[in-house]
Amino acid sequence: MTKLEINGIAVEVPEGTTILKAAELVGVKVPRLCYHEDCEPWGACGICVVKVEGSPKMVRACATPCGDGMQVTTHDTELYDVRRTVLQLILSRHPNECLSCARSGNCELQTLSEEFGIREFDFPKRLSELPIDRSTPSIEVNPVKCISCGRCAAVCQQMQGVWALEFLGRGDEMRIAPAADVQLNDSPCIKCGQCSAHCPVGAIYEKSDSKQVHVALADEEKYCVVQIAPAVRVAIGEAFGYESGEILTGKLYAALRRLGFKAVFDTNFSADLTIMEEGNEFLQRMKGDGPLPLITSCCPAWTDYMEKFASDFVPNFSTAKSPQQMMGAVAKTYYAESIGVKPENIFMVSIMPCTAKKYELTRTEDMYSTGYKDVDVVLTTRELSRMIKSAGVDFRNLPEEEADSILGTYAGAGTLFGVTGGVMEAALRTAVTLMTGKKLPKVEFEDVRGLEGVKEAALDVDGQEVRIAVAHTMSNIEQVLDKVRAAREKGEETPYHFIEVMACRGGCIGGGGQPHGATDEVRSMRIAGIYKDDEKSVVRCSHENPEIQRIYKDFLGEPLSEKAHQYLHTHYKSRPVYKLKD
Amino acid sequence: MSEERSQVAGSAGDEKLTPELVAFVEEWKPQPGNVIMVLHQVQEHFGYIPRSVAFEVAERLDVPVAKVYGVITFYHFFRMVRPGRHSIAVCMGTACYLKGGQDLINELEMLLGCSNGSVTDDGEFGIEAVRCIGCCGLAPVLTVDGEVFGNLTADDLPGILAQYRGK
Repeated sequence: MTKLEINGIAVEVPEGTTILKAAELVGVKVPRLCYHEDCEPWGACGICVVKVEGSPKMVRACATPCGDGMQVTTHDTELYDVRRTVLQLILSRHPNECLSCARSGNCELQTLSEEFGIREFDFPKRLSELPIDRSTPSIEVNPVKCISCGRCAAVCQQMQGVWALEFLGRGDEMRIAPAADVQLNDSPCIKCGQCSAHCPVGAIYEKSDSKQVHVALADEEKYCVVQIAPAVRVAIGEAFGYESGEILTGKLYAALRRLGFKAVFDTNFSADLTIMEEGNEFLQRMKGDGPLPLITSCCPAWTDYMEKFASDFVPNFSTAKSPQQMMGAVAKTYYAESIGVKPENIFMVSIMPCTAKKYELTRTEDMYSTGYKDVDVVLTTRELSRMIKSAGVDFRNLPEEEADSILGTYAGAGTLFGVTGGVMEAALRTAVTLMTGKKLPKVEFEDVRGLEGVKEAALDVDGQEVRIAVAHTMSNIEQVLDKVRAAREKGEETPYHFIEVMACRGGCIGGGGQPHGATDEVRSMRIAGIYKDDEKSVVRCSHENPEIQRIYKDFLGEPLSEKAHQYLHTHYKSRPVYKLKD
Repeated sequence: MSEERSQVAGSAGDEKLTPELVAFVEEWKPQPGNVIMVLHQVQEHFGYIPRSVAFEVAERLDVPVAKVYGVITFYHFFRMVRPGRHSIAVCMGTACYLKGGQDLINELEMLLGCSNGSVTDDGEFGIEAVRCIGCCGLAPVLTVDGEVFGNLTADDLPGILAQYRGK
């Protein structure tokens, strides 16, 4: 342990703790712009400088470990002036476009500017003239607003292991962009949007598609329907003053109806559907029909990563579509028939915690399985919260409503898709039941829960061993794949039978389209919300969901049937990491 | 992972690492600072760093392409454009700058139709602004392929270019 004093307050911290973290323990917040607890500190912005007694220069609190007997001053007049100058220098390279900025109201630079009482600018503006990169369907990058803090690059490299973004050039020509002069869409980018979730300002943000939704809602020809992903319900409250993790499913249904949607469905229903297909796919492969391990494919950032960086695993991927795409497919067939509306008139919107879901919509021809675009538009949680506010809907005072039949009922298993380990747990609930033919004595699989980067377990299913692995935060996946590769090369038995992967930390609850400000504390609260939603569900297993039983009886036949394959399955292939122009 | 990382659609160019350069890469692969050492060697050989070679270096060292580009673009020494057959270096050190170095660059840009830091379409000349080349008494100066021309005015430039064009 290290003992030191911060502003005269004694504090004891584990060795290696930074001054910034130690200060938080005694209730002192040192300002920061580049630092984020998800990444290693790299001291780019300089606004967190503090004084250490005996040190001739100010040090960066984010990157300086505490020392025994240190006497630290975090706030005094001189530090205030230095920080104010740093802030003014940053502002000299940042446009005054707050009114039209995606981050207005929760921008970290705007907040600091407010706290420091900036009323005028000390230095003339020198703004970048680089164009906005609008190449991906998911996110936009505006170099003019970039303050070069580097969080996006750190997240892309350290957390996600993707390396789509890097510091290029130096000095005042430095920019953060993909290598080789390509646009983001031709780079390794997997569209996870973690850069946009971590950017302290409005330089990287989700591509907004709300206008398309407004137009469709106003079109009398269109029959607008909507689906809500599991992770949205435990995070959207943050935009309306609720604690993270508060389950707001009923109010969300009500809000969407007030926006004008004719039917409100739940992606949790189609998550149950995914489990029926994927669970049976797993059983088939366990019986020797198809390669093991089976790997989950409901995360489109992960499938993009796999197709680019790990295409040797294409045969291992579950061909079951993601819940979002399954919902689109059955809404424009099964549901359309049931209400007598032509599929071309159905406009399907999905509310997702994710920016990559916008990419998934047009990923392959399989996303048009109904003959139309199965899902028309994706709105992120952030976009929906804006839409609710702008429609004058008083979210907090909404009644709790129910989702619409025949695509609205869900089992607890379906809601688990929102967290790391959740798809695995949901799949096991159904697969183990099918393997043993017996009802599960306990539906919870604790081994796959929590924020550990890679979780492994071996289950004993009536004497048969089932080995599983769960990985989240994209950079954690390679170690799992490498184990499988090593066994494959040696001709040994696969170390795992089933692998779940989600690109974002914590799973979809930490998705790139969720409200800003996710830390592990916030993620844990959202995760707790998801497990609570599961616990309060009467039906816990996908195969017991009555609407799932009904869709197989009335429409699909049985899992993996020809019809199921037509609408609910897809394919993967190798894709280039970089698309270069000559 | 390295094999997958090399997957590229479109042409990165034709140049490839020579067997000697491949051996150099292998020698440096386990050592820290290998990217910069290899890039130096590559530029020594090609006179610049071709895009295809930057991708090949990344693959062979098993580092992300972005990291290689981060290094290349950080150091002014590295260039990604094939140099002209004749390299014109215009001094922009303090003395030359004060005596009209920028005027020389402007005039060259006009005469050659290419901008500072680039190469003419026919590959004949490349223009580059450089720091003090150590003969401030002759300011403003430029060098062509290392040969020094001093006390220049814009009017001297067509004659100098004529000496090199086509040679």
